[in-house]
Amino acid sequence: MILTTMRLSDGLVALIAILLSVCAPAGSAQALQVTDDRGVTVTLPAPPLRVVSLLPSLTELVCALDQCQRLVGVDRYSNFPASVRALPQVGGGLDPSIEAVVALKPDVVLMATSSRAGERLQALGIKVVALEPKTHADVRRVLEKVGALLGVDDAQRVWRVIDAGVSAAAQSLPPAARNTRVYFEVNNGPYAAGESSFIGETLTRLGVKNIVPAKLGPFPKLNPEFVVRANPDLVMVGDYNYVGMEQRPGWSGMRALREKRVCLFNRDEADMLVRAGPRMADGARLMARCIADKARTP
Amino acid sequence: MMNQRASAIGLVLLLIAAVLALVGAGVGSTGFEGVLHAMDEPVALQILWDIRLPRTLGAWVAGALLGLAGAVAQGLFRNPLADPYLLGSASGASLGVALSLVLFGVSPFATQWLLRLGLTAGAFAGAVAGVLLTLTLARGVQHTLRLLLAGVIVGVVLGAAKELIMLARPDFLQSMQSFMLGSTGYVGWSACNIMLGTWMLCMAVAWALSPVLDGLALGEATAASLGLPLARLRRGLVAVLALATGTAVAQTGLVAFVGLAAPHLVRSVVKTSHGRLILLSSLMGGALLMAADILARWVIAPQELPVGVLTAVLGGGYLLWLMHRRVTARGLL
Repeated sequence: MILTTMRLSDGLVALIAILLSVCAPAGSAQALQVTDDRGVTVTLPAPPLRVVSLLPSLTELVCALDQCQRLVGVDRYSNFPASVRALPQVGGGLDPSIEAVVALKPDVVLMATSSRAGERLQALGIKVVALEPKTHADVRRVLEKVGALLGVDDAQRVWRVIDAGVSAAAQSLPPAARNTRVYFEVNNGPYAAGESSFIGETLTRLGVKNIVPAKLGPFPKLNPEFVVRANPDLVMVGDYNYVGMEQRPGWSGMRALREKRVCLFNRDEADMLVRAGPRMADGARLMARCIADKARTP
Repeated sequence: MMNQRASAIGLVLLLIAAVLALVGAGVGSTGFEGVLHAMDEPVALQILWDIRLPRTLGAWVAGALLGLAGAVAQGLFRNPLADPYLLGSASGASLGVALSLVLFGVSPFATQWLLRLGLTAGAFAGAVAGVLLTLTLARGVQHTLRLLLAGVIVGVVLGAAKELIMLARPDFLQSMQSFMLGSTGYVGWSACNIMLGTWMLCMAVAWALSPVLDGLALGEATAASLGLPLARLRRGLVAVLALATGTAVAQTGLVAFVGLAAPHLVRSVVKTSHGRLILLSSLMGGALLMAADILARWVIAPQELPVGVLTAVLGGGYLLWLMHRRVTARGLL
């Protein structure tokens, strides 16, 4: 009995010794550790060369770091930059084809935290890093995480360029346009983009006022009456959601609609505005241009 | 005696609707506010007249249409689980909305005249098409069971088609969800009038055809032996069902549970002929949806809850309480 215990503990010590000897050199050489948004620490032996991204904003972030060539597969909604459209698509971010992902033999899979596919992929021995950028601050944080993961040093610089772009867009606005009161409709629910949403943050950076205060949450479903009462100076909406807006009861009397102060965005532009990714400066410029055009000039 | 009771209940329901309409006129995006207060301010007056009144009354008419359709469906199928969405109209309407979102959304300016009708027309056409498809599959209205089965199958298949479209265009998911959960937010006077006209037409036809439902309640053989031209009358009732449901769904989306609950709520207080049952469950449906609409914009104002969620909670909660009370009153199951 004592003998077996002895042997067991001996074995354990030996095992630990072996493990240490295996791990230590790898660790000292290039092992990467990244803690993702689930709080899981993922260890990779070396910067991944084959990356699958299952979230459009993460796809864009990888490319913004100039590492587009490492992508070997994307989800079906990743459509920017144009080069990623040629990559194999493995299904939706929430319901990817597990088999298709495995077949691409990725070193790492980047995906949203809300996807359940992560557990299945991990069980199959694939490294999964779950990141979900939702705010301006998230974009910076996730950019640095992805930069560290891919072994790119200048993630900070890329962020500074984006951030400067947003500031420049804000400064390009004429002072008179600053206090424009904006209603950004996400869809005809009507769901609005509130101050605490990603779009709302961009609007705040531009110095305009959002009629939907932060306390209502990022994307509240509003009583249509609320918008009519707030009577915004400017309405921003995707062109396919603008359909029928003037026919809504009472809306045609709103100042913005009466005076045609409406910023319409097409699908690609709307993608750019809603995605918490590296194109936030482009989104800010797009909005700034429209505000300068359409806002009331005194 | 029963007729008197039915009339009394009808009056009570109308009274409730009137009180609710007054409350509804006062509940806006800022919570409850006096109606008189609105007279001083042009915007407030416009909101009251153009938005709040039509949506409050519209909620009543939409609920009335659903209550009517529910009572007709339950009589027609002799099944207390039947609801207005049974014959494929719900899934047909949602497919119609999904298609119009995707098709009309592509080029918003080229097809302006189509867009004017837009989702409303899409939903209505889809609902009617769904019912027609069910009728075709069931080869007419003769066999209740075949009709039910065809309705369920059409519902599943069209629903799946809608899901496929949504998978391709996730940007429309939330718009679709608003429709699926029902919304009275965009009901204006024109929508109100359309629904009111349809309601009066459907009510008149349903009232005229209701003896057939009384006959059917005794069994198909008995009904036929009474000399009723069953096939023709049934077609008429299915038409009423489709028209009432299609109109309500087109204007307010798939409001849950009103059509199922309203006839049950009426039957729990009075046993009466189908003609009166249809009228009363129509009034009940109206009151129910109106109350739900008011709560939907009141509870977390200025945000809104989807009205369908509240009809399910209100109607379902009351129905459960009724069942519970009946069980305890009997002392035994």
